[in-house]
Amino acid sequence: MSSPNRTTERSQHLDMEAAIEVAGFRKSYDDMIAVDDISFTVDRGEIFGLLGPNGAGKTTTLECLEGLRRPDAGRLSVFGVDPTRESHRLNGLIGVQLQASSLPHTMTCDDAMQFFCAYHGVAPRWDLLDRMGLGDKRDTKFDELSTGLQRRLALALAIAHEPAVLILDEPTAGLDVGSRAELHRLIEELRDAGTTILLATHDMAEAERMTDRVAILLRGRIVAVGSPRQLTAAGEGLTKISVRSERSTLGDGSDLDSVDQAGVSDEYTVMFTRSVAPTIAAILERLEHSEDPLIDLRVERPSLEERFLELTTEEPAR
Amino acid sequence: MTAFAHHLGFEFKSGLRNPTSMLMYYLFPLGFYALMGLVMVEINPDFGELLIPSMVLVTLMAGTLLGLPGELVEAREAGIYRAFKVNGVPAISIIVIPLLAAAFHGTIGSAAIALTAGPVFGVTVPSDWVAFVLLTLLSVFTLGSLAALIGVVSASARATVLWSQLVFLPSMLIGGLMLDLELLPTTVRGFSGLLPSTYAMQAYRGLAYGSETILDPAMSVIVLGVGGVVALGLAVALFSWDRKNATRRVPTTLALLAILPYVAGIFLA
Repeated sequence: MSSPNRTTERSQHLDMEAAIEVAGFRKSYDDMIAVDDISFTVDRGEIFGLLGPNGAGKTTTLECLEGLRRPDAGRLSVFGVDPTRESHRLNGLIGVQLQASSLPHTMTCDDAMQFFCAYHGVAPRWDLLDRMGLGDKRDTKFDELSTGLQRRLALALAIAHEPAVLILDEPTAGLDVGSRAELHRLIEELRDAGTTILLATHDMAEAERMTDRVAILLRGRIVAVGSPRQLTAAGEGLTKISVRSERSTLGDGSDLDSVDQAGVSDEYTVMFTRSVAPTIAAILERLEHSEDPLIDLRVERPSLEERFLELTTEEPAR
Repeated sequence: MTAFAHHLGFEFKSGLRNPTSMLMYYLFPLGFYALMGLVMVEINPDFGELLIPSMVLVTLMAGTLLGLPGELVEAREAGIYRAFKVNGVPAISIIVIPLLAAAFHGTIGSAAIALTAGPVFGVTVPSDWVAFVLLTLLSVFTLGSLAALIGVVSASARATVLWSQLVFLPSMLIGGLMLDLELLPTTVRGFSGLLPSTYAMQAYRGLAYGSETILDPAMSVIVLGVGGVVALGLAVALFSWDRKNATRRVPTTLALLAILPYVAGIFLA
Protein backbone atom coordinates (compact mmCIF):
# COMPACT_ATOMS: atom_id res chain seq x y z
CA MET A 1 0.00 0.00 0.00
CA SER A 2 2.00 3.01 -1.22
CA SER A 3 1.27 6.58 -0.23
CA PRO A 4 0.22 8.88 -3.13
CA ASN A 5 3.39 11.00 -2.86
CA ARG A 6 5.55 7.96 -2.89
CA THR A 7 3.75 6.53 -5.91
CA THR A 8 4.05 9.81 -7.83
CA GLU A 9 7.76 10.11 -7.07
CA ARG A 10 8.33 6.52 -8.11
CA SER A 11 6.40 6.83 -11.35
CA GLN A 12 8.53 9.85 -12.30
CA HIS A 13 11.64 7.72 -11.97
CA LEU A 14 10.18 4.67 -13.65
CA ASP A 15 9.64 6.50 -16.94
CA MET A 16 13.37 6.07 -17.51
CA GLU A 17 14.56 3.20 -19.66
CA ALA A 18 17.82 2.54 -17.82
CA ALA A 19 17.26 1.44 -14.25
CA ILE A 20 20.92 1.51 -13.23
CA GLU A 21 23.77 3.38 -14.86
CA VAL A 22 27.39 2.99 -13.85
CA ALA A 23 30.01 4.98 -15.74
CA GLY A 24 33.76 5.21 -15.07
CA PHE A 25 33.30 3.93 -11.53
CA ARG A 26 36.41 3.51 -9.39
CA LYS A 27 36.82 2.57 -5.74
CA SER A 28 39.96 1.86 -3.67
CA TYR A 29 40.56 0.81 -0.08
CA ASP A 30 43.88 2.37 0.94
CA ASP A 31 46.35 1.01 -1.63
CA MET A 32 44.08 -1.73 -2.95
CA ILE A 33 42.04 -0.98 -6.07
CA ALA A 34 38.71 -2.75 -5.60
CA VAL A 35 36.97 -1.46 -8.73
CA ASP A 36 38.84 0.10 -11.63
CA ASP A 37 36.90 2.18 -14.13
CA ILE A 38 33.89 0.01 -14.88
CA SER A 39 30.79 0.99 -16.81
CA PHE A 40 27.55 -0.87 -17.40
CA THR A 41 23.82 -0.24 -17.70
CA VAL A 42 20.94 -2.31 -16.37
CA ASP A 43 17.71 -1.91 -18.31
CA ARG A 44 14.36 -1.53 -16.62
CA GLY A 45 12.75 -4.92 -15.89
CA GLU A 46 15.96 -6.84 -16.51
CA ILE A 47 17.71 -9.41 -14.31
CA PHE A 48 21.36 -8.43 -14.50
CA GLY A 49 24.04 -10.64 -12.97
CA LEU A 50 27.41 -9.60 -11.59
CA LEU A 51 29.75 -12.57 -11.66
CA GLY A 52 33.31 -12.83 -10.48
CA PRO A 53 35.65 -14.60 -8.11
CA ASN A 54 36.13 -13.43 -4.53
CA GLY A 55 37.61 -9.93 -4.43
CA ALA A 56 36.54 -9.11 -7.99
CA GLY A 57 34.65 -5.99 -6.85
CA LYS A 58 31.04 -7.23 -6.97
CA THR A 59 30.08 -6.35 -3.42
CA THR A 60 31.91 -2.99 -3.58
CA THR A 61 29.93 -2.12 -6.70
CA LEU A 62 26.65 -3.11 -5.06
CA GLU A 63 27.47 -1.24 -1.85
CA CYS A 64 28.18 1.96 -3.76
CA LEU A 65 24.88 1.58 -5.60
CA GLU A 66 23.15 1.02 -2.25
CA GLY A 67 24.70 4.20 -0.81
CA LEU A 68 26.75 2.30 1.77
CA ARG A 69 30.04 3.50 0.29
CA ARG A 70 31.22 6.52 -1.64
CA PRO A 71 32.78 5.96 -5.05
CA ASP A 72 36.21 7.55 -5.59
CA ALA A 73 35.32 8.50 -9.16
CA GLY A 74 32.65 7.94 -11.78
CA ARG A 75 28.89 8.28 -11.93
CA LEU A 76 26.35 5.89 -10.46
CA SER A 77 22.61 6.30 -10.65
CA VAL A 78 19.48 4.29 -9.90
CA PHE A 79 16.60 5.63 -11.99
CA GLY A 80 18.47 8.94 -12.11
CA VAL A 81 19.03 9.07 -8.34
CA ASP A 82 22.60 9.51 -7.07
CA PRO A 83 23.06 6.91 -4.28
CA THR A 84 25.62 9.02 -2.43
CA ARG A 85 23.77 12.33 -2.41
CA GLU A 86 20.11 11.31 -2.42
CA SER A 87 19.92 8.43 0.01
CA HIS A 88 16.37 9.27 1.12
CA ARG A 89 15.03 9.04 -2.45
CA LEU A 90 17.14 5.96 -3.11
CA ASN A 91 15.68 4.03 -0.16
CA GLY A 92 12.21 4.14 -1.67
CA LEU A 93 13.46 2.87 -5.01
CA ILE A 94 15.66 -0.04 -3.98
CA GLY A 95 15.24 -3.17 -1.93
CA VAL A 96 18.46 -4.75 -0.73
CA GLN A 97 19.49 -8.13 0.53
CA LEU A 98 23.02 -7.64 1.78
CA GLN A 99 25.66 -10.35 1.66
CA ALA A 100 26.62 -9.71 5.27
CA SER A 101 24.16 -8.06 7.57
CA SER A 102 22.13 -8.85 10.62
CA LEU A 103 19.24 -7.65 12.72
CA PRO A 104 19.08 -7.01 16.48
CA HIS A 105 19.06 -10.44 18.10
CA THR A 106 15.96 -9.64 20.14
CA MET A 107 13.98 -8.60 17.04
CA THR A 108 11.26 -11.05 16.02
CA CYS A 109 10.12 -11.57 12.43
CA ASP A 110 6.98 -9.56 13.21
CA ASP A 111 9.02 -6.76 14.78
CA ALA A 112 11.30 -6.63 11.74
CA MET A 113 8.43 -6.46 9.24
CA GLN A 114 6.69 -3.72 11.22
CA PHE A 115 9.93 -1.80 11.84
CA PHE A 116 11.19 -1.65 8.26
CA CYS A 117 7.76 -1.13 6.69
CA ALA A 118 7.23 1.80 9.07
CA TYR A 119 10.48 3.39 7.86
CA HIS A 120 9.43 2.83 4.24
CA GLY A 121 6.00 4.31 4.96
CA VAL A 122 4.05 1.21 3.87
CA ALA A 123 1.75 -1.23 5.66
CA PRO A 124 3.43 -4.41 6.95
CA ARG A 125 3.38 -7.27 4.43
CA TRP A 126 2.54 -10.22 6.68
CA ASP A 127 1.75 -12.29 3.59
CA LEU A 128 5.43 -12.21 2.63
CA LEU A 129 6.37 -13.90 5.90
CA ASP A 130 3.99 -16.74 5.01
CA ARG A 131 5.34 -16.85 1.46
CA MET A 132 8.89 -17.16 2.76
CA GLY A 133 7.97 -20.02 5.08
CA LEU A 134 8.17 -17.82 8.17
CA GLY A 135 4.45 -17.94 8.99
CA ASP A 136 4.99 -20.10 12.06
CA LYS A 137 8.13 -18.17 13.10
CA ARG A 138 6.61 -14.74 13.39
CA ASP A 139 7.38 -14.49 17.12
CA THR A 140 10.80 -16.09 16.79
CA LYS A 141 13.78 -13.84 17.50
CA PHE A 142 16.29 -13.24 14.70
CA ASP A 143 19.09 -15.06 16.54
CA GLU A 144 16.93 -18.16 16.89
CA LEU A 145 16.32 -18.48 13.13
CA SER A 146 18.53 -20.75 11.00
CA THR A 147 20.83 -19.09 8.45
CA GLY A 148 18.46 -20.00 5.66
CA LEU A 149 15.47 -18.50 7.48
CA GLN A 150 17.44 -15.37 8.28
CA ARG A 151 18.17 -14.92 4.57
CA ARG A 152 14.51 -15.52 3.72
CA LEU A 153 13.51 -12.87 6.25
CA ALA A 154 16.05 -10.46 4.76
CA LEU A 155 14.54 -11.03 1.33
CA ALA A 156 10.97 -10.55 2.60
CA LEU A 157 12.05 -7.25 4.17
CA ALA A 158 13.83 -6.20 0.96
CA ILE A 159 10.70 -6.59 -1.18
CA ALA A 160 8.05 -5.52 1.35
CA HIS A 161 7.91 -1.95 0.03
CA GLU A 162 7.70 -3.15 -3.60
CA PRO A 163 10.96 -1.57 -4.74
CA ALA A 164 11.55 -0.78 -8.41
CA VAL A 165 15.06 -2.21 -8.15
CA LEU A 166 16.02 -5.25 -6.10
CA ILE A 167 19.70 -5.73 -5.29
CA LEU A 168 20.63 -9.22 -4.19
CA ASP A 169 24.12 -10.13 -3.00
CA GLU A 170 24.60 -13.92 -2.99
CA PRO A 171 20.91 -14.49 -2.22
CA THR A 172 21.01 -18.28 -2.27
CA ALA A 173 24.13 -18.72 -0.12
CA GLY A 174 23.22 -21.00 2.77
CA LEU A 175 19.84 -22.02 1.33
CA ASP A 176 18.73 -25.62 0.84
CA VAL A 177 17.58 -26.90 -2.56
CA GLY A 178 13.88 -26.26 -1.91
CA SER A 179 14.44 -22.74 -0.62
CA ARG A 180 16.69 -21.98 -3.57
CA ALA A 181 14.02 -23.11 -6.04
CA GLU A 182 11.40 -21.05 -4.20
CA LEU A 183 13.66 -18.02 -4.28
CA HIS A 184 14.23 -18.45 -8.01
CA ARG A 185 10.46 -18.61 -8.57
CA LEU A 186 10.02 -15.44 -6.55
CA ILE A 187 12.74 -13.61 -8.47
CA GLU A 188 11.09 -14.56 -11.75
CA GLU A 189 7.71 -13.37 -10.45
CA LEU A 190 9.22 -10.04 -9.43
CA ARG A 191 10.85 -9.67 -12.85
CA ASP A 192 7.51 -10.46 -14.52
CA ALA A 193 5.92 -7.76 -12.36
CA GLY A 194 8.46 -5.24 -13.73
CA THR A 195 11.07 -5.20 -10.95
CA THR A 196 14.64 -4.67 -12.11
CA ILE A 197 16.97 -7.10 -10.38
CA LEU A 198 20.71 -6.79 -9.89
CA LEU A 199 22.12 -10.09 -8.71
CA ALA A 200 25.67 -10.82 -7.57
CA THR A 201 26.40 -14.51 -7.37
CA HIS A 202 29.10 -17.16 -7.46
CA ASP A 203 26.58 -19.71 -8.69
CA MET A 204 27.04 -19.99 -12.47
CA ALA A 205 24.03 -22.26 -12.94
CA GLU A 206 21.90 -19.71 -11.13
CA ALA A 207 23.26 -16.88 -13.27
CA GLU A 208 22.77 -18.86 -16.47
CA ARG A 209 19.21 -19.75 -15.57
CA MET A 210 18.03 -16.51 -14.00
CA THR A 211 19.74 -13.58 -15.68
CA ASP A 212 19.01 -11.76 -18.92
CA ARG A 213 22.54 -10.35 -19.04
CA VAL A 214 25.67 -10.71 -16.95
CA ALA A 215 28.89 -8.81 -16.44
CA ILE A 216 31.95 -10.81 -15.44
CA LEU A 217 34.26 -8.90 -13.12
CA LEU A 218 37.86 -9.79 -12.57
CA ARG A 219 40.23 -7.82 -10.36
CA GLY A 220 37.95 -4.80 -10.43
CA ARG A 221 37.39 -4.73 -14.17
CA ILE A 222 34.62 -5.99 -16.41
CA VAL A 223 36.10 -8.60 -18.74
CA ALA A 224 32.86 -9.60 -20.48
CA VAL A 225 29.27 -8.45 -20.62
CA GLY A 226 26.27 -9.87 -22.47
CA SER A 227 23.59 -12.50 -22.22
CA PRO A 228 24.73 -15.91 -20.93
CA ARG A 229 24.14 -17.31 -24.43
CA GLN A 230 26.25 -14.56 -26.05
CA LEU A 231 29.06 -15.07 -23.58
CA THR A 232 29.21 -18.82 -24.01
CA ALA A 233 28.99 -18.51 -27.83
CA ALA A 234 31.89 -16.07 -27.82
CA GLY A 235 34.16 -18.47 -25.96
CA GLU A 236 36.66 -21.05 -27.10
CA GLY A 237 34.51 -23.84 -25.66
CA LEU A 238 33.70 -26.89 -27.70
CA THR A 239 30.18 -28.31 -28.02
CA LYS A 240 29.86 -31.93 -26.92
CA ILE A 241 27.86 -34.28 -29.19
CA SER A 242 27.10 -37.80 -27.91
CA VAL A 243 25.62 -40.39 -30.33
CA ARG A 244 24.39 -43.94 -29.77
CA SER A 245 23.24 -46.15 -32.66
CA GLU A 246 22.22 -49.81 -32.94
CA ARG A 247 25.40 -51.04 -34.62
CA SER A 248 27.85 -48.32 -33.52
CA THR A 249 29.06 -47.75 -37.08
CA LEU A 250 30.42 -44.29 -36.24
CA GLY A 251 33.35 -45.84 -34.42
CA ASP A 252 35.06 -43.16 -32.35
CA GLY A 253 33.95 -40.47 -34.84
CA SER A 254 37.42 -39.07 -35.33
CA ASP A 255 37.23 -39.39 -39.11
CA LEU A 256 34.46 -36.78 -39.36
CA ASP A 257 35.91 -33.55 -40.82
CA SER A 258 34.47 -31.01 -38.38
CA VAL A 259 35.27 -32.92 -35.19
CA ASP A 260 38.10 -31.59 -33.01
CA GLN A 261 38.23 -34.37 -30.40
CA ALA A 262 36.48 -37.76 -30.31
CA GLY A 263 36.23 -41.00 -28.35
CA VAL A 264 33.92 -43.76 -27.13
CA SER A 265 32.33 -43.86 -23.72
CA ASP A 266 29.58 -46.21 -22.42
CA GLU A 267 28.41 -47.24 -25.93
CA TYR A 268 28.28 -43.56 -27.00
CA THR A 269 30.46 -41.94 -29.61
CA VAL A 270 31.49 -38.69 -27.97
CA MET A 271 32.69 -35.82 -30.18
CA PHE A 272 33.72 -32.23 -29.45
CA THR A 273 33.32 -29.61 -32.16
CA ARG A 274 33.05 -25.89 -32.88
CA SER A 275 30.83 -26.54 -35.93
CA VAL A 276 27.71 -28.06 -34.45
CA ALA A 277 25.30 -28.07 -37.43
CA PRO A 278 27.72 -29.53 -40.05
CA THR A 279 28.83 -32.21 -37.59
CA ILE A 280 25.25 -33.29 -36.79
CA ALA A 281 24.43 -33.35 -40.52
CA ALA A 282 27.50 -35.49 -41.19
CA ILE A 283 26.59 -37.90 -38.37
CA LEU A 284 23.01 -38.36 -39.61
CA GLU A 285 24.20 -38.83 -43.20
CA ARG A 286 26.76 -41.44 -42.11
CA LEU A 287 24.17 -43.39 -40.07
CA GLU A 288 21.63 -43.28 -42.91
CA HIS A 289 24.23 -44.47 -45.39
CA SER A 290 25.21 -47.33 -43.07
CA GLU A 291 21.54 -48.17 -42.38
CA ASP A 292 22.36 -47.93 -38.67
CA PRO A 293 19.28 -46.71 -36.73
CA LEU A 294 19.89 -43.80 -34.32
CA ILE A 295 19.03 -44.55 -30.68
CA ASP A 296 20.12 -41.32 -28.96
CA LEU A 297 21.77 -38.00 -29.85
CA ARG A 298 22.69 -35.37 -27.24
CA VAL A 299 24.12 -31.89 -27.77
CA GLU A 300 25.63 -30.07 -24.77
CA ARG A 301 26.66 -26.48 -25.32
CA PRO A 302 29.55 -25.06 -23.28
CA SER A 303 28.23 -23.71 -19.97
CA LEU A 304 28.60 -20.23 -18.54
CA GLU A 305 30.80 -21.78 -15.90
CA GLU A 306 33.24 -23.03 -18.55
CA ARG A 307 33.26 -19.58 -20.18
CA PHE A 308 33.75 -17.97 -16.77
CA LEU A 309 36.72 -20.21 -16.00
CA GLU A 310 38.14 -19.53 -19.43
CA LEU A 311 37.91 -15.77 -18.91
CA THR A 312 39.17 -15.75 -15.36
CA THR A 313 42.10 -18.04 -16.19
CA GLU A 314 43.32 -16.28 -19.30
CA GLU A 315 43.19 -12.73 -17.90
CA PRO A 316 46.78 -11.74 -17.03
CA ALA A 317 47.42 -10.36 -13.56
CA ARG A 318 47.80 -6.61 -13.36
CA MET B 1 6.34 9.59 13.50
CA THR B 2 5.04 6.04 13.09
CA ALA B 3 8.55 4.80 12.30
CA PHE B 4 9.94 6.69 15.28
CA ALA B 5 7.26 5.20 17.57
CA HIS B 6 7.84 1.65 16.26
CA HIS B 7 11.59 2.03 16.66
CA LEU B 8 11.29 3.39 20.19
CA GLY B 9 8.77 0.68 21.10
CA PHE B 10 11.12 -2.01 19.81
CA GLU B 11 14.12 -0.61 21.68
CA PHE B 12 12.12 -0.46 24.91
CA LYS B 13 10.93 -4.08 24.47
CA SER B 14 14.46 -5.11 23.57
CA GLY B 15 15.66 -3.81 26.94
CA LEU B 16 13.18 -6.12 28.65
CA ARG B 17 13.95 -9.15 26.44
CA ASN B 18 17.72 -8.93 26.78
CA PRO B 19 18.99 -10.38 30.11
CA THR B 20 22.15 -8.22 30.02
CA SER B 21 20.08 -5.07 29.60
CA MET B 22 17.75 -6.13 32.41
CA LEU B 23 20.80 -6.59 34.62
CA MET B 24 22.12 -3.12 33.81
CA TYR B 25 18.78 -1.31 33.91
CA TYR B 26 17.26 -2.92 36.99
CA LEU B 27 18.95 -5.81 38.81
CA PHE B 28 22.40 -4.31 39.41
CA PRO B 29 21.35 -0.74 40.36
CA LEU B 30 18.34 -1.76 42.44
CA GLY B 31 20.33 -4.48 44.21
CA PHE B 32 23.10 -1.97 44.90
CA TYR B 33 20.51 0.52 46.16
CA ALA B 34 19.07 -2.04 48.57
CA LEU B 35 22.55 -2.87 49.87
CA MET B 36 23.51 0.76 50.31
CA GLY B 37 20.19 1.56 51.96
CA LEU B 38 20.62 -1.26 54.43
CA VAL B 39 24.33 -0.88 55.19
CA MET B 40 25.59 2.63 54.41
CA VAL B 41 22.76 4.51 56.08
CA GLU B 42 23.41 2.51 59.26
CA ILE B 43 27.16 3.15 59.13
CA ASN B 44 26.95 6.81 58.12
CA PRO B 45 23.64 8.57 58.90
CA ASP B 46 24.80 11.62 56.88
CA PHE B 47 24.65 9.39 53.80
CA GLY B 48 20.86 9.53 54.18
CA GLU B 49 20.71 12.78 52.27
CA LEU B 50 22.89 11.35 49.48
CA LEU B 51 21.13 8.00 49.08
CA ILE B 52 18.36 8.98 46.65
CA PRO B 53 20.37 11.17 44.24
CA SER B 54 23.46 8.97 44.34
CA MET B 55 21.51 5.76 43.72
CA VAL B 56 19.50 7.45 40.97
CA LEU B 57 22.78 8.42 39.30
CA VAL B 58 24.16 4.89 39.72
CA THR B 59 20.97 3.59 38.04
CA LEU B 60 21.30 6.05 35.18
CA MET B 61 25.02 5.37 34.74
CA ALA B 62 24.51 1.59 34.73
CA GLY B 63 21.79 1.82 32.07
CA THR B 64 23.69 4.27 29.90
CA LEU B 65 27.46 4.10 30.40
CA LEU B 66 27.64 0.37 31.18
CA GLY B 67 24.90 -0.83 28.85
CA LEU B 68 24.52 1.40 25.82
CA PRO B 69 28.05 1.64 24.31
CA GLY B 70 28.51 -2.13 24.02
CA GLU B 71 25.13 -2.52 22.32
CA LEU B 72 25.99 0.19 19.80
CA VAL B 73 29.37 -1.35 18.95
CA GLU B 74 27.97 -4.88 18.67
CA ALA B 75 25.19 -3.67 16.37
CA ARG B 76 27.69 -1.89 14.13
CA GLU B 77 30.07 -4.87 14.04
CA ALA B 78 27.24 -7.31 13.24
CA GLY B 79 26.19 -5.24 10.22
CA ILE B 80 22.85 -4.23 11.75
CA TYR B 81 23.40 -0.57 10.86
CA ARG B 82 24.06 -1.49 7.23
CA ALA B 83 20.66 -3.21 7.12
CA PHE B 84 19.16 -0.13 8.79
CA LYS B 85 20.77 2.28 6.33
CA VAL B 86 19.58 0.52 3.18
CA ASN B 87 16.08 0.54 4.63
CA GLY B 88 16.09 4.24 5.33
CA VAL B 89 16.71 4.34 9.09
CA PRO B 90 18.48 7.69 9.73
CA ALA B 91 21.70 7.86 11.75
CA ILE B 92 20.13 10.24 14.26
CA SER B 93 17.47 7.60 15.08
CA ILE B 94 20.14 4.96 15.64
CA ILE B 95 21.78 7.16 18.27
CA VAL B 96 18.84 8.96 19.85
CA ILE B 97 16.26 6.17 20.07
CA PRO B 98 18.37 3.69 22.10
CA LEU B 99 19.29 6.66 24.29
CA LEU B 100 15.59 7.44 24.84
CA ALA B 101 14.83 3.79 25.57
CA ALA B 102 17.68 3.71 28.10
CA ALA B 103 16.28 6.93 29.57
CA PHE B 104 12.84 5.32 29.97
CA HIS B 105 14.28 2.32 31.76
CA GLY B 106 16.52 4.56 33.86
CA THR B 107 13.56 6.73 34.80
CA ILE B 108 11.54 3.71 35.91
CA GLY B 109 14.42 2.53 38.10
CA SER B 110 14.94 6.04 39.44
CA ALA B 111 11.26 6.38 40.29
CA ALA B 112 11.39 3.10 42.20
CA ILE B 113 14.33 4.43 44.25
CA ALA B 114 12.91 7.90 44.81
CA LEU B 115 9.52 6.58 45.93
CA THR B 116 10.75 3.81 48.24
CA ALA B 117 13.88 5.25 49.87
CA GLY B 118 11.99 7.50 52.29
CA PRO B 119 9.49 4.96 53.62
CA VAL B 120 11.84 1.94 53.58
CA PHE B 121 15.15 3.41 54.77
CA GLY B 122 13.91 6.60 56.45
CA VAL B 123 16.28 8.85 54.46
CA THR B 124 15.78 12.50 53.56
CA VAL B 125 13.65 13.01 50.46
CA PRO B 126 13.97 15.97 48.07
CA SER B 127 12.33 19.19 49.19
CA ASP B 128 11.67 20.20 45.58
CA TRP B 129 10.37 17.23 43.61
CA VAL B 130 10.00 19.19 40.36
CA ALA B 131 13.69 20.14 40.45
CA PHE B 132 14.52 16.52 41.28
CA VAL B 133 12.60 15.19 38.27
CA LEU B 134 14.06 17.80 35.89
CA LEU B 135 17.59 17.12 37.13
CA THR B 136 17.05 13.37 36.67
CA LEU B 137 15.96 13.95 33.06
CA LEU B 138 18.95 16.23 32.46
CA SER B 139 21.32 13.69 34.00
CA VAL B 140 20.03 10.82 31.88
CA PHE B 141 20.33 12.98 28.77
CA THR B 142 23.95 13.89 29.54
CA LEU B 143 25.01 10.39 30.59
CA GLY B 144 23.15 8.84 27.65
CA SER B 145 24.82 11.21 25.19
CA LEU B 146 28.22 10.41 26.66
CA ALA B 147 27.43 6.69 26.42
CA ALA B 148 26.36 7.09 22.78
CA LEU B 149 29.62 8.93 22.01
CA ILE B 150 31.65 6.13 23.62
CA GLY B 151 29.73 3.57 21.55
CA VAL B 152 30.21 5.50 18.33
CA VAL B 153 33.98 6.01 18.64
CA SER B 154 34.99 2.69 20.24
CA ALA B 155 36.61 0.23 17.87
CA SER B 156 35.38 -2.81 19.81
CA ALA B 157 33.16 -3.92 22.67
CA ARG B 158 36.28 -4.30 24.83
CA ALA B 159 37.21 -0.68 24.20
CA THR B 160 33.76 0.43 25.37
CA VAL B 161 34.35 -1.30 28.71
CA LEU B 162 37.58 0.62 29.14
CA TRP B 163 36.10 4.01 28.25
CA SER B 164 32.90 3.44 30.23
CA GLN B 165 34.79 2.35 33.34
CA LEU B 166 37.01 5.39 32.94
CA VAL B 167 33.92 7.46 33.72
CA PHE B 168 31.94 5.05 35.92
CA LEU B 169 34.56 4.02 38.50
CA PRO B 170 35.93 7.53 39.25
CA SER B 171 32.32 8.75 39.44
CA MET B 172 31.65 6.18 42.16
CA LEU B 173 34.82 7.08 44.06
CA ILE B 174 35.25 10.84 43.67
CA GLY B 175 32.12 11.97 41.81
CA GLY B 176 30.16 12.82 44.95
CA LEU B 177 28.14 9.58 44.96
CA MET B 178 29.64 7.88 48.00
CA LEU B 179 31.29 10.88 49.64
CA ASP B 180 30.16 14.47 49.61
CA LEU B 181 32.43 16.72 47.55
CA GLU B 182 33.44 18.76 50.61
CA LEU B 183 34.99 15.66 52.21
CA LEU B 184 37.40 15.19 49.31
CA PRO B 185 40.95 16.65 49.40
CA THR B 186 41.28 19.82 47.31
CA THR B 187 43.59 18.16 44.74
CA VAL B 188 41.14 15.30 44.19
CA ARG B 189 38.28 17.79 43.90
CA GLY B 190 39.95 19.17 40.75
CA PHE B 191 39.78 15.75 39.08
CA SER B 192 36.20 15.22 40.22
CA GLY B 193 35.30 18.34 38.23
CA LEU B 194 35.90 16.30 35.06
CA LEU B 195 33.00 13.96 35.92
CA PRO B 196 29.33 14.59 35.06
CA SER B 197 28.20 12.96 38.31
CA THR B 198 29.96 15.68 40.34
CA TYR B 199 27.83 18.41 38.72
CA ALA B 200 24.67 16.29 38.90
CA MET B 201 25.13 15.65 42.63
CA GLN B 202 25.87 19.31 43.34
CA ALA B 203 22.76 20.34 41.39
CA TYR B 204 20.59 17.76 43.21
CA ARG B 205 21.84 18.91 46.60
CA GLY B 206 21.52 22.60 45.87
CA LEU B 207 18.26 22.67 43.88
CA ALA B 208 16.30 19.56 44.93
CA TYR B 209 17.39 19.38 48.60
CA GLY B 210 18.13 23.07 49.27
CA SER B 211 21.47 22.21 50.88
CA GLU B 212 24.72 24.12 50.87
CA THR B 213 26.99 23.18 47.97
CA ILE B 214 30.60 23.76 47.00
CA LEU B 215 29.81 24.32 43.30
CA ASP B 216 27.20 26.78 42.06
CA PRO B 217 24.13 24.57 41.39
CA ALA B 218 22.90 26.71 38.49
CA MET B 219 26.32 26.59 36.85
CA SER B 220 26.40 22.83 37.48
CA VAL B 221 23.14 22.52 35.54
CA ILE B 222 24.63 24.52 32.67
CA VAL B 223 27.79 22.38 32.60
CA LEU B 224 25.68 19.20 32.57
CA GLY B 225 23.43 20.50 29.80
CA VAL B 226 26.26 21.76 27.61
CA GLY B 227 28.17 18.50 28.25
CA GLY B 228 25.17 16.51 27.03
CA VAL B 229 24.63 18.64 23.94
CA VAL B 230 28.33 18.53 22.98
CA ALA B 231 28.50 14.73 23.47
CA LEU B 232 25.34 14.14 21.45
CA GLY B 233 26.50 16.44 18.66
CA LEU B 234 29.85 14.66 18.50
CA ALA B 235 28.14 11.24 18.52
CA VAL B 236 26.04 12.21 15.51
CA ALA B 237 29.01 13.77 13.68
CA LEU B 238 31.30 10.80 14.33
CA PHE B 239 28.73 8.10 13.63
CA SER B 240 29.82 5.41 11.20
CA TRP B 241 27.54 2.84 9.56
CA ASP B 242 30.09 0.07 9.59
CA ARG B 243 33.55 -0.87 10.74
CA LYS B 244 35.18 0.08 7.44
CA ASN B 245 34.45 3.69 8.27
CA ALA B 246 32.93 4.16 4.85
CA THR B 247 31.03 7.33 5.43
CA ARG B 248 32.73 9.02 8.40
CA ARG B 249 34.76 12.05 7.43
CA VAL B 250 35.74 13.39 10.85
CA PRO B 251 38.57 11.89 12.98
CA THR B 252 37.41 10.08 16.12
CA THR B 253 39.91 12.01 18.25
CA LEU B 254 37.45 14.89 18.07
CA ALA B 255 35.46 12.95 20.69
CA LEU B 256 37.88 14.33 23.28
CA LEU B 257 36.13 17.68 22.83
CA ALA B 258 33.35 16.20 24.99
CA ILE B 259 35.51 16.84 28.02
CA LEU B 260 35.73 20.60 27.39
CA PRO B 261 32.48 21.62 29.17
CA TYR B 262 33.70 19.86 32.32
CA VAL B 263 37.14 21.49 32.11
CA ALA B 264 35.34 24.82 31.85
CA GLY B 265 33.15 23.77 34.78
CA ILE B 266 36.21 23.40 37.04
CA PHE B 267 36.87 27.11 36.61
CA LEU B 268 33.32 28.43 36.28
CA ALA B 269 31.30 26.39 38.81
